[in-house]
Amino acid sequence: MITLTSENSRRALLCAISFLSLSVFALAGEMKDVDSVAAKKNTIEIKDFNFNPKTLTVKSGEKITWINHDEEPHTVVSVEKQFKKSPPLDTDQQFTITAGAPGTYSYFCSVHPKMTGTIVVEQP
Amino acid sequence: MSDYISHDHEGDGIDRRGFLQCMAWAGTGLLWTVSGGVLASKTLVQIAKAGEPLPATDLSFLQISDSHIGFSKEANKDVTETFKIALDRINAMPTPPSFLIHTGDISQLSKPEEFDTFDEALKSCRTKDVFYVPGEHDVLDGSGKLYRERYLKSVEGKGSGWYSFNKNGVHFIGLVNVLNLQAGGLGQLGDEQLEWLEADVKDLGTSTPIVVFAHIPLWAVYPQWGWGTSDSEQALGYLKRFGSVTVLNGHIHQVLQKVEGNVTFHTAMSTAFPQPAPGTAANPGPMKVPAEKLRSLLGLTSVQYHQGKSSLAVVDSNLG
Repeated sequence: MITLTSENSRRALLCAISFLSLSVFALAGEMKDVDSVAAKKNTIEIKDFNFNPKTLTVKSGEKITWINHDEEPHTVVSVEKQFKKSPPLDTDQQFTITAGAPGTYSYFCSVHPKMTGTIVVEQP
Repeated sequence: MSDYISHDHEGDGIDRRGFLQCMAWAGTGLLWTVSGGVLASKTLVQIAKAGEPLPATDLSFLQISDSHIGFSKEANKDVTETFKIALDRINAMPTPPSFLIHTGDISQLSKPEEFDTFDEALKSCRTKDVFYVPGEHDVLDGSGKLYRERYLKSVEGKGSGWYSFNKNGVHFIGLVNVLNLQAGGLGQLGDEQLEWLEADVKDLGTSTPIVVFAHIPLWAVYPQWGWGTSDSEQALGYLKRFGSVTVLNGHIHQVLQKVEGNVTFHTAMSTAFPQPAPGTAANPGPMKVPAEKLRSLLGLTSVQYHQGKSSLAVVDSNLG
């Protein structure tokens, strides 16, 4: 594993990940209404205009699902365009991706950009 | 109900009670009149109900905002109906406004059928000229292509859709601050639009009244909820030399007003549902009021600005 010692090296690493990730970061890209997803693993709840948990750590290859509980539509958009953005998620809709290469992935809601979150992908 | 401000501790013309009453507004529009370069506003309800003729003015136009066609949740299960009520109010005015300005969020989810419903309802409006700027709900595709094709074609919008026009000596500027938003940020105009704005007003005389309209407030209403525009100060810097600048925004579904030098900032209510006053709820989403109350809350309050007065007046007028 590479140890990040400065912001620059971190950025360089993110750039490298970004370059690779579009192919590596496999996308399920599914959006569907929620049935029973109570306390599902690697689930990020969108509530009160926040991503919860704000930082989620997963293993490469695991699925990550966002569920919108607000009455406002939200989106999930990678800051560095490292993965395909979600469609607008209306109330109770969800979006799933599969974590790819290890790294740190920042994302936000493009409708309400104050809403930000981070996915940390580790080696399986 | 009182038409007066009973507690005005900060000299800003608004008290807590008046502020909270702002929260309940929905389903109306404001009539703006320009007289001598200064704008004043009245609710349509006041005008239509009283059958009061319009004051002699150089120009009158109307701002309508945040229709959210397609929204059907508890806060208002029939936003098309309340939008139509707003149109009925416009049609009931003794003198129709010259044109309408829609300050964004026509739709809830940028769906073609939502825009269709809006357009169909709008056909009943006597006033046919409408100028638009998009809200974030109108551009959920990320580019606003559909919105632009429908609502900005006739004005030949530059860049992502901004434009200006003149009416009766007033210079109107429609700005777009809902596209290409940055993570962690607020509404944004962007460098290209700012450069255009600087050039657009460069040759205008300082006595030219300026009206700027955009969806997200161009002042820091409540940045914690994203209610502001990151580079609005730069935009307003280009307008400092003008004697009368009026900034009309939507987005926050309640009337708030601020006067800063020669600039009056004003946010309009929605025709769909109210939103909480800044910081008074867990989130800025739709605020539920009892269904039977929603219509009775329409057009209850207006904000008026009078030349020579530094404070704003919040006026309650209950339909009963």
